[in-house]
Amino acid sequence: MFLWLSLARKALQLEGKYVISFELNGSKVEVDVEPDTPLLWVVRDTLGLTGTKFGCGMGLCGACTVHLNGQPIRSCSMPISAISEQSITTIEGIGSDSALHPVQQAWIEESVPQCGYCQSGQIMSATALLQQNPTPSLQEIKYFMAGNICRCGTYPKIQKAILKAAAQLQSQNSFESESNISEFNNYELAQEVTS
Amino acid sequence: MSLNVSRRSFIVGSAQAGAGLVLGVSLAGCATDEGMSSDTSMPKKGLEANAFVSVATDGTVTVQIKHLEMGQGTYTGLATLVAEELDADWGQVRAVNSEANPEKYNNLFWGKFQGTGGSTAIANSFMQLREAGAAAKAMLVAAAASSWGVPASELTTDKGQVFHSASGRQIGYGQLAELAALQKVPEKITLKEPSQFKLIGQKLPRKDSGKTNGTAVFTQDIQLPGQLTALVAHPPRFGAKLKSFDATNARQVPGVVDVVQISNGVAVLANDYWQAKTGRDLLQIQWDDSKAMTKGSDQLMAEYKDLAKKPGLVAVKTGDVDSAFAQADKVIEAEFEFPYLAHSPMEAMNCVVQTKQVGGAYQSAELWYGAQLHTGDQMSVAKLLGIEPAKVAINTIFAGGSFGRRANPASDYVLEAAEIAKAYGKDVPVKLVWSREDDTRAGYYRPMYFHKLKAGLDSKGTLVAWQHRIVGQSIIEGTLFEGFLVKDGIDHTSVEGASNLPYAIPNLQVELHTTKVEVPVLWWRSVGSTHTAYATECFLDEVARAAGKDPVELRMALLTDQPRHRGVLALAVEQSGMKGNSDKNKAYGVAVHKSFDTYVAQVVELSKSSSGFKLEKVTCAVDCGVPVNPDVIKAQMEGGIGFGLSPALYSEIHIDNGAVRESNFHDYQVIRMRDMPKVDVHVVPSTEPPTGVGEPGTPVIGPAVANALAAAGGPVERRLPMKTPLS
Repeated sequence: MFLWLSLARKALQLEGKYVISFELNGSKVEVDVEPDTPLLWVVRDTLGLTGTKFGCGMGLCGACTVHLNGQPIRSCSMPISAISEQSITTIEGIGSDSALHPVQQAWIEESVPQCGYCQSGQIMSATALLQQNPTPSLQEIKYFMAGNICRCGTYPKIQKAILKAAAQLQSQNSFESESNISEFNNYELAQEVTS
Repeated sequence: MSLNVSRRSFIVGSAQAGAGLVLGVSLAGCATDEGMSSDTSMPKKGLEANAFVSVATDGTVTVQIKHLEMGQGTYTGLATLVAEELDADWGQVRAVNSEANPEKYNNLFWGKFQGTGGSTAIANSFMQLREAGAAAKAMLVAAAASSWGVPASELTTDKGQVFHSASGRQIGYGQLAELAALQKVPEKITLKEPSQFKLIGQKLPRKDSGKTNGTAVFTQDIQLPGQLTALVAHPPRFGAKLKSFDATNARQVPGVVDVVQISNGVAVLANDYWQAKTGRDLLQIQWDDSKAMTKGSDQLMAEYKDLAKKPGLVAVKTGDVDSAFAQADKVIEAEFEFPYLAHSPMEAMNCVVQTKQVGGAYQSAELWYGAQLHTGDQMSVAKLLGIEPAKVAINTIFAGGSFGRRANPASDYVLEAAEIAKAYGKDVPVKLVWSREDDTRAGYYRPMYFHKLKAGLDSKGTLVAWQHRIVGQSIIEGTLFEGFLVKDGIDHTSVEGASNLPYAIPNLQVELHTTKVEVPVLWWRSVGSTHTAYATECFLDEVARAAGKDPVELRMALLTDQPRHRGVLALAVEQSGMKGNSDKNKAYGVAVHKSFDTYVAQVVELSKSSSGFKLEKVTCAVDCGVPVNPDVIKAQMEGGIGFGLSPALYSEIHIDNGAVRESNFHDYQVIRMRDMPKVDVHVVPSTEPPTGVGEPGTPVIGPAVANALAAAGGPVERRLPMKTPLS
């Protein structure tokens, strides 16, 4: 809390305006908004990137998950003043049309989304999980992803897609380093989960 | 199969168009499969075969989807039906939302009324869209025949191409599209036999794309030029009215444009959400509580319980339960309680409205949102603005879930958006957004119910009498569906699942007490079966225990005349591993239920240890006729099970002194991934006409869990959500 307040004060000092600058998907942006405005609404309404969704406004459902310096956060309850000079990645920033992130690719191959509204947040949590833990167990997936609610109940497909993406990422790393990593174990686990 | 299609609606539509072609139905701003923004390169015009199918000159096949895509896979399923008979290349097929039009795009089960619900989309469309695809194919084939000067009978089609094997020629649909547009609409078409299906029955990539990279557009994402965002302060208690308000502080919030009074509260209009919410939360409001609801849900339930002591209106009666009970060797009774439930889709209710006035008189309105009862919403908004329903254009876009919530005959949130636009008075787009708290507290819940059941067994333990009394509010009374669904005072949706109990019981009586309460109620995924399946399937297990019978064998014996119930039950039991299980720490519970003409059985496996009970696995068998897309069916069963586990284990709306206690996901809890069991789905092969899968997976899981818990030596849970924690 103290950090937020001091950052908010710093932002306020800039030319007497509430101008806050931060990095969004690799590009520097500046916004002039009330410092208590949640990051979610700055990204969506001020900057027009609508892939990040509003679900609960209290950090309870995970629909608004983005990465702050690579770590997953709930943007609905993070004031913009706390983001000053930090790096934010949203669903729009993790892949491109020509090169989807392996998590997005796995999501498509497994036909994960139903209504789709929570899926940006699910994917941002899943990519963060695999950055921290490239070979998660099913139990680790279940606990890491517990902050992301899906009312359609796509949880079984999400589990399968994360395991598939993990195997894919391991395979890529294995290819790059020409070392042998246990992607097969994960893939077998994926089969087991959903067979 | 061959049939004369001249009587079919789409062909009639074509004939009325004179030239044999129905004109395109693209509305300005109508969403595409990628959402509203991205697809600026609409395929060039080619063949517009009918109200549902067009083929562009680049070969793109566009399917008009009249149903709301809210996650249930209707874009994919309905496009599959067209593509199958058209022999289209799946990669070239795109789905778009049709305009709202009760003449062209009505739900065939609902008369001249467009809407999505009751798991009807596939059942409605199985013939209609296959015929539409087959008619388009016939025109393309006729074009190729005329172009090549060969008989159409010598031509074959596959993956968007017409082939003439005798001459080795082939041509793409796109190249034929303009010539095909000049062909006659066929009066007689031939549909494929199920054995000829290439796409139906396959797992195909979904057509509701854009949901993995943030490009899919939901109502929340609509941003039109000059658009304002509105939040509303609703009365905290049901039945309360606005007395007065002071907007001084709200108006000082930067970005707040106006504050207006509407029939159910005060709306703050601002340039964006956060400004509108900040302003809304600063409103000083005096509510007139003189007519507000004073009761709470606990008091209501006590009243319901009293009411259940008296006979209700008879919904169904077979034999004579009174004399059967008098002669019974053993009588058992049980009472079940079900709370109010919120739908809580991930996307809270919202709607964008733009009005058009000339000289102060309303001419038309255009709406953008996940419309589910298109025709009802058109009528509601038209009445408010004093215009014709046809002047209310709806751009249907993806809904972030609904579970029944967006299909409100009262059009509550849609009318609220229109009321705000009218009160503001300027013809700018207004986006109404509810916060999660607004959505949780604004009503339209699955009603609270009390059930009282009584069963009689003869000396051999045979079930000879069954009496089932239900107490609760009517979802349908007072709505435009009343004429269809309320007969002789019985709301069909209050008793469905109980009044059509599949079990062969010689003396059966189902009664209903319909209560009047101020809390607004609405259908909730699987409607009456949300409570009737739980009460009937749990009580049947109580009967089995009283009779000393195996729950599966008892069901099989009572389902002699119900082969599809028996089929799914046998399959689920066989696949679950419950037979022959010798592990004392495992217990199993079963339930079987038909809803929306789809049969589902589930077997729940529980484990018990010193730390308690754990939900290990659900084995689900589903018979929905021809499985159009097995992967979507499995997804709907998995999702339906998750959705049904929430009220079984966690979710409950309490009313205190007329106000809703819960507000957000911390106190209105729903299932999270860590508590989701493994789900194993088996689809019964079938050639019966397909039926829906969006709802039927939901009602079965609660009783299967409860029955497993009782089998494991746990308590018999007769009130939801259950008290016993399941890890």
